[in-house]
Amino acid sequence: MTGLLVSERTIVVPGEALADGMDYLPGDYTYRVGEAIYARALGLVSLAGRVLRITPLAGPYVPRFGDKIIGQIIDITMTGWRISTATAYSALLNVKDATTRFVRKTDDLSRMMAIGDMVVVKIVNVTSQRLIDVTMKEPGLHRISGGRIIRMSCQKVPRVIGKQGSMITLIKDKTGCSITVGQNGLVWIRGDADNERVVEQAIRLIEEKSHMEGLTEQVDAFLTKHAKPVVRAPESERQFAEQEEMPEEPGEEGSEREREQYTMGEN
Amino acid sequence: MTYTKRLDGRALNELRPMKARTGVIPNADGSAEFIIGKTQAIAAVYGPREMFPKFKQNPRSGILRCFYSMMPFSGSGERIRPGTSRRSQEIALVMTKALEPVVDLSAFPNAVVDVFVEFPQTDAGTRCAAISAAAMALADAGIPMKDMVSAVAVGQVDGTVVADLTYDEEAYDGIVSDIPVAMIHNTKELTLLQMDGEISKAQLMKALQLAKEATEKIYAEQVRALKEKFAPDQRKAGQSEE
Repeated sequence: MTGLLVSERTIVVPGEALADGMDYLPGDYTYRVGEAIYARALGLVSLAGRVLRITPLAGPYVPRFGDKIIGQIIDITMTGWRISTATAYSALLNVKDATTRFVRKTDDLSRMMAIGDMVVVKIVNVTSQRLIDVTMKEPGLHRISGGRIIRMSCQKVPRVIGKQGSMITLIKDKTGCSITVGQNGLVWIRGDADNERVVEQAIRLIEEKSHMEGLTEQVDAFLTKHAKPVVRAPESERQFAEQEEMPEEPGEEGSEREREQYTMGEN
Repeated sequence: MTYTKRLDGRALNELRPMKARTGVIPNADGSAEFIIGKTQAIAAVYGPREMFPKFKQNPRSGILRCFYSMMPFSGSGERIRPGTSRRSQEIALVMTKALEPVVDLSAFPNAVVDVFVEFPQTDAGTRCAAISAAAMALADAGIPMKDMVSAVAVGQVDGTVVADLTYDEEAYDGIVSDIPVAMIHNTKELTLLQMDGEISKAQLMKALQLAKEATEKIYAEQVRALKEKFAPDQRKAGQSEE
């Protein structure tokens, strides 16, 4: 018995034989023993050319370079902030990666971001021991204010975003909420209070049915049924709202804090 | 040979009726329930998460840590004192050793994966049920594993080799032995082999042969349960209708 032993998109359990013979190559979450290829995780089989790989249906988030994640500030160090990443490892945000402004050695960092604040950050470095460095010096990276944060399986994040962002655009359009999805499975939703809840339910629906096809249609139907219709603001106000959606610097509260700090530095 | 007919009427190689389910603890990263006869194990997996106490961290690889606990009302009526005991610590250790060979935590240095197994009801074979449930829960949690582990007890009751002993059989008036066995599915390697009582060499070999066949049946149930969670069955369809 050689060749492929399972068809594409079937669900396999760890240790299940996927293929026999050297015609196929082991990809992510698979391994080879002798000439056979086995699964290393519970997931869906996918085949790209000769490479067999498993798309896991569950599993921990593995931090990767370039990922945008949502985290919480858990500690303040001499040179920056320590951020929990919803994994076994915390990340470090250095002051120089957090702001373009000059910060004095004696400045109180908690005036910029305090313990407990949630932030959207991007991973710039991960070591073999999973020490993580993050930055906030890019558009769309900022301290979070308002809305709600939910936690979902990080393996389902690609389905929530969809092909070229089709799913997330659909949800945003139907509910009028602004949504930021962290690769680590934390999602920030801000908008109408009722629609925030509908967004959460839609995400739970995607999580549950992520391995099935025709998901976008199902979510569309769900949102049409449950979401409160979006009232479009006049053009001028809408532009303002969109600007507010992704502030490059922390929001109003933050800038007030920074002013305070600036005067303190002068004294 | 006086023990020819089993106390509960099963065939000699027949296991008790099994029922397995995954995702029973929604809060956990992975979970499973494994019921065999009157023994019921519920396993929950949390992690990989930060290892405390910190001095137990291993910078080369993540650590697997198991907990075994029988609920106070789970026995035959006598209240079981909750918390760890000499017995539960030993079983937690053998569970860890039985699962470690298949679990690959090299991608999670300094972290820990916790496996908690609780028993609402017990009737012998608990460590085997614990291992079978834990293996399912780990797979359900998406922890990288090279294979599944399936466990079952075999043994000898008054000269007759049988599979999956009940408590009544373990307490049978005569020479009895109880041998819990855990096996890796593909390679048939043993990851757990313990024994209580007495058995002859010939019968031990026969019992281990029987264990190979019996763990296959456990494996089939584990796989069915793991895949069932994602099958578009009636239960799931009913939920979406709401």
